[in-house]
Amino acid sequence: MSSSQVTEASARAHHDHHPDMEEMRLLGFWIYLMTDVMIFGTFFATYIVLKNSTNGGPGPADLFELGGVIASTFILLASSYTCGLAVLAMNKGKLRALLGWLAITALLGACFIGLEISEFAHLVDRGATMGTSAFLSAFYTLVGTHGLHVSIGLVWMVALMLQLTKRGITPVTKRKVQVISLFWHFLDVIWIFVFTVVYLMGVS
Amino acid sequence: MLESIKNWASDFFVTGDPLIYGADAAIIITLVAIVFVLTYFKKWGWLWRNWLTTVDHKKVGIMYILSAFLMMFRGGVDALLMRTQLAMPELQFLQPDHYNEIFTTHGVIMILFMAMPFMFGLFNVAVPLQLGARDVAYPFMNALSFWLFFAGAMLFNLSFVIGGSPDAGWLAYPPYSELMYNPGVGQDFYIWGIQISGIGSLMTGINFIVTILKLRAPGMKLMKMPMFSWSVLASCIAIIFSFPILTATLALLFLDRYGGAHFFTLDGGGNPMMYINLIWMWGHPEVYIIVLPAFGIFSEVVSTFSRKKLFGYKSMVYAMMIISILSFLVWAHHFFTMGSGANVNAFFALSTMVIAIPTGVKVFNWLFTMFRGRISFESPMLWTTGFIPCFVIGGMTGVLLSVAPADFQYHNSYFLIAHFHQVIIGGVVFGYFAGLYYWWPKLFGFKLNERIGKWAFWFWNIGFYLCFMPQYVLGLDGMTRRLVTYSWDKGWWGLNLVSSIGAGLMGIAFLFQVWQIVHGIKHYRSNMDTTGDPWDGRTLEWSIPSPAPHYNFAVLPQVSDQDEWWEEKQRRQKEGYTAVAPELSPIHMPNNSGIPIMMAGCWFLAGFGFVFHWLWLIIPGLAGVALCMLAHSFNYDTDHYIPVEDIKHTEASLRGAANL
Ligand code: HEM
Ligand SMILES: [Cu+2]
Repeated sequence: MSSSQVTEASARAHHDHHPDMEEMRLLGFWIYLMTDVMIFGTFFATYIVLKNSTNGGPGPADLFELGGVIASTFILLASSYTCGLAVLAMNKGKLRALLGWLAITALLGACFIGLEISEFAHLVDRGATMGTSAFLSAFYTLVGTHGLHVSIGLVWMVALMLQLTKRGITPVTKRKVQVISLFWHFLDVIWIFVFTVVYLMGVS
Repeated sequence: MLESIKNWASDFFVTGDPLIYGADAAIIITLVAIVFVLTYFKKWGWLWRNWLTTVDHKKVGIMYILSAFLMMFRGGVDALLMRTQLAMPELQFLQPDHYNEIFTTHGVIMILFMAMPFMFGLFNVAVPLQLGARDVAYPFMNALSFWLFFAGAMLFNLSFVIGGSPDAGWLAYPPYSELMYNPGVGQDFYIWGIQISGIGSLMTGINFIVTILKLRAPGMKLMKMPMFSWSVLASCIAIIFSFPILTATLALLFLDRYGGAHFFTLDGGGNPMMYINLIWMWGHPEVYIIVLPAFGIFSEVVSTFSRKKLFGYKSMVYAMMIISILSFLVWAHHFFTMGSGANVNAFFALSTMVIAIPTGVKVFNWLFTMFRGRISFESPMLWTTGFIPCFVIGGMTGVLLSVAPADFQYHNSYFLIAHFHQVIIGGVVFGYFAGLYYWWPKLFGFKLNERIGKWAFWFWNIGFYLCFMPQYVLGLDGMTRRLVTYSWDKGWWGLNLVSSIGAGLMGIAFLFQVWQIVHGIKHYRSNMDTTGDPWDGRTLEWSIPSPAPHYNFAVLPQVSDQDEWWEEKQRRQKEGYTAVAPELSPIHMPNNSGIPIMMAGCWFLAGFGFVFHWLWLIIPGLAGVALCMLAHSFNYDTDHYIPVEDIKHTEASLRGAANL
């Protein structure tokens, strides 16, 4: 069928009260985020229950060094900011700025992951592993799940940048950028909780 | 060399039990037969194009229901094995270890791999049609949900011939499900089978919420939406809040077993009681997740077959929503005896009893709908009337169980087994049967034989009461659940024998249903549904031809009333009604895709790798999952338009040219 027919049909579909497909996908993603909140909520609850079950091993105050954590917190917050700038650039139709900001966001995210890996390695070096105590099991699981989300976000962001270079800003790529920025801000919010509940409350 | 292979194989495959060799042989023969038939009739391409890669919600629904029937067979065989063992005192039919495996797999399969897919099948079959929609919100994800369920179910089922079945009960309480007490792979099959299919369930939950919120036909306000769709909404809301808890909990158990963590272990500071809290925070809502859609079905059926509007539509909606919220506040009634203290027990006892109120409202609504209606008793209505007394008794024993101090007597006894089977079989299974019989003509274009159906119905019902009523008494007599055998001097044998006979009758009932379906397919020409509206229905699915065309509605309906199709039929009978020829336009439809089945296959491999700690399989499995996701993300050619001529052609062949 010819393309003029298709556009005509989709115009009519809109007339038909047909919902906007891209908007619908965004709604689904919001609901997905709610389910992720439940998963993190369960891990937070477990962490809080098991926080003092150190089994004679090291506790939060013995292990955490706030310096590195504050640095990674700022990095992640900055990446959320650059991600916001990416969306602004996209809304203005500026493809290159969009790609640039996404690249910076991804780089900051990678730094965050790098810091997290080195923190974990450092802890394991000191003999504080997943198997040491219930407290550490809960710690690695909660923080690690967040890290896993960030890592998946990174792969996804790179994939999206490739699609953007190939296709430019279209309704579909636009929605995809909106979705990943939602995801990214969401991870930022979760991190604030991790920072507060695990690190701040841990060392105080 | 040969010796070591032999050793490995005898570890890897389950050996030593003639029952299992029989199963091995049956599985291999069935697989060979399937491959042979498909090759001989050159059906592989057809299978791939029409089924394995389909994103049509009706076909996905059919595959769900078919799998659910297979699983009902498997879970039913388990049930019969247990009831055989318990029929007489001191029988040596099943060994204790084997009995543990059987009650565990029976419970898991029935709830997660029979009830859930049956329910999702009915969602898929009916919801878009009722809403006047052409599809679900995310057709690709819908197919993926199905294949994930299927991969998880197969992984779980494999355990009884490879590696060994789980045996820690259907909720796998630690410490018994921990590595220390359960070193085999069975528990890992449990974790990954449920985990993989659970992701699918979660996605279905999201999918149907968005479908219901966004894809209703123009004019269908929420308060005009058919009751089944309401129940699906309530159930899906419970899914998206409870299934993540399950996912997280099983992940923690997995970390304990695989990563040496100490969440629920007895040593290292772990806390087994935390697992029990978490698993029931999912487990109790799960019960309502599966029963609410059954309530929705009963509502549709009662109103259709009484030819009346549903009594108390609004109160029904509120009752459903209240139940779905309350279901999250009662989880601790599953462990009244485990030392929570009087105040906690009192709270959970009261919140449990409160659920009886909205449930009672619903039962009365159904009764009032029937009152003074012109009732006809075809299969769907038959199952609905069978359900009511069953559910009323089951509900009352449930209230008895919710009395915390009394629960110290009933706890973990056959009284409980009788109670939950009564609500689950009488409520859930009967409800889904009603739904299946109700929507069958819409799916396949022909009706099933009513006579065979009646036989099935009566065998199910008589068998049911014979099986479970004696168990209430046995429970009060002190017979505990998960008991492999008992001695003559207990005096339990008479009631147990009756109970086992009842179970056998239900087995026969199932065979009647299988026969009914085979018979229906054989004689479909004489039972064709040419009207598209065989029950004189009320909601939109009955306004289109049977079987529904793949785009569902040639023209999206305009809704102005609750029970829109019924009102439309009234309008058409009025004088001066002139039919307006609908104006067709091309229909936008999603393309088929092979990615869902491949991605689920990769999950299956990764899950198998996790079970056996085979990193060489885990890594490619997970990489395959990631690649499938990326492949989908990079694919922009995901849908097509059906041209008007094709629609005209399809409609003409389905309705007969005169009707268009
Ligand atoms: C169709 C006839 C059925 C029969 C005869 C039957 C029989 C049994 C028996 C004998 C047990 C074991 C009791 C014990 O030793 O502890 C059991 C447990 C159970 N059944 Fe059924 N059952 C049937 C259907 C179902 C259905 C339809 C479901 C759910 C949809 C279901 C869910 C369960 C669960 C969750 C358990 C508990 C397993 C455990 O203890 O871990 N059953 N059933
Ligand atoms: Cu409960």
